[in-house]
Amino acid sequence: MEDNNYQIKLENFEGPMDLLIYLIKRDDIDIYDIPIAKITEEYLRYVEMIKMLKLDTVGEFLVMAATLMQIKAQMLLPRPQVVDGDETGPDPREELIRKLLEYEKYKQVALVLDKKEDQQYGVFYRQNMVLNDEDYSLEVSLFDLLAAFKKVVEETSENVKEIVYDEIPLDQRIREIIAMLESKEYLVFSDLFVSNSSKAYFIVTFLAVLELVKERQLAARQNALFGEIRVYKVVASETKPADTENQGSDTVAVPQEKKDESTDESIK
Amino acid sequence: MEKEDIKKVIETLLFISSNPISSTRFAEVLKAKEEDVKAALDELVRDYEPRALQVQEIANGYVISTRKEFSQWIREFFKEKTALRLSNSALETLSIIAYKQPVTRAEIEQIRGVDIGGVIDKLLERKLIKMVGRKETIGKPMLYGTTEQFLKYFGLKTIADLPPMEEFSKDNAAAAVNVEDENIIEERTDDNENV
Repeated sequence: MEDNNYQIKLENFEGPMDLLIYLIKRDDIDIYDIPIAKITEEYLRYVEMIKMLKLDTVGEFLVMAATLMQIKAQMLLPRPQVVDGDETGPDPREELIRKLLEYEKYKQVALVLDKKEDQQYGVFYRQNMVLNDEDYSLEVSLFDLLAAFKKVVEETSENVKEIVYDEIPLDQRIREIIAMLESKEYLVFSDLFVSNSSKAYFIVTFLAVLELVKERQLAARQNALFGEIRVYKVVASETKPADTENQGSDTVAVPQEKKDESTDESIK
Repeated sequence: MEKEDIKKVIETLLFISSNPISSTRFAEVLKAKEEDVKAALDELVRDYEPRALQVQEIANGYVISTRKEFSQWIREFFKEKTALRLSNSALETLSIIAYKQPVTRAEIEQIRGVDIGGVIDKLLERKLIKMVGRKETIGKPMLYGTTEQFLKYFGLKTIADLPPMEEFSKDNAAAAVNVEDENIIEERTDDNENV
């Protein structure tokens, strides 16, 4: 093939599927009747180049290359006759075609999203107001957390499945919660309990929150007594190294501003 | 509450809220009938038409936003932090999540044929997707779904605002693969590969 065909930027062929669709379009091939031998050959040329460029996606391209070669080999074999009628057995290309078409479907959706993005791009909204942060400045006691947990359990008890054995390691759940907070400023406490999970999952989740609060990785806060509880990730500067007054007690979170004395009492 | 007052309270709440507010929520707060709220909202949307800001119906509610036309001034003002548009790969991944949610990373990779770990992280970071639970299968993989931010970002009222999947039927997909002109593809390969 002419060299200038290879000048197309490779990042556009994010994966093997993109490359195949590109080749099919370029050569005006009927997707329902792909000449496997020809397309495999073309495909391998590109893979060679990807190898040469040492792109880290080369593995994915090689998997597809193997698939193509397997289909090519199968095409050479006579297809088994189906018992009834003259129909031959399944086309070895069938699975590949199905996948290409499904992928193509989502590429079209992506175009729709692209258009919508274009229409909406440049429209801005208000920033979250500082007010919101201050609202959630009330530290939460262990009992508040327990009360919130009880509420969650009661509200979802009908949906909770009783599972005989379903072990979820605590540290795994802890990592999950931390991971969830990577992308968010806070989590709403009740949202941590997905309604269709098991009771054991609820309990482990709750223990994970307690553990994280104890280790001062999380701070549970609410905007009003008995209000919605949110858990925030504690930023380094926020962690107060020594607060002797409360250390060693069963305090769940150290109130940084003692706005509410009764809350403070209850945790001692 | 008088109709004019309803409108004023709604405008006030829209002004201070960064998130879309549903008509149900307005009715609840104002202790007014939802139909009155809706009427007031419709009027408000119209009132804003000649103005610099707009009242948009988006993400299951209403919100005040700026207009596209003036985006350059906002960008000028907030120089350092303007979000880039989404990559083609991000758009494809979002398409799959939008229609197949809740969906696991492996299921998306199955369709796209590439590793999408990096893309998923970026989408999470931009709050366009969220973790919605775990699949009850081996390894309990994380399930992903779209967010309110997703609706806002694409200007959708609800997820049902997206065209039904049938519009992207097999035959249309086949037609798209077979009919489209090669030149178009070459032209657009830079950011939106139109395959």
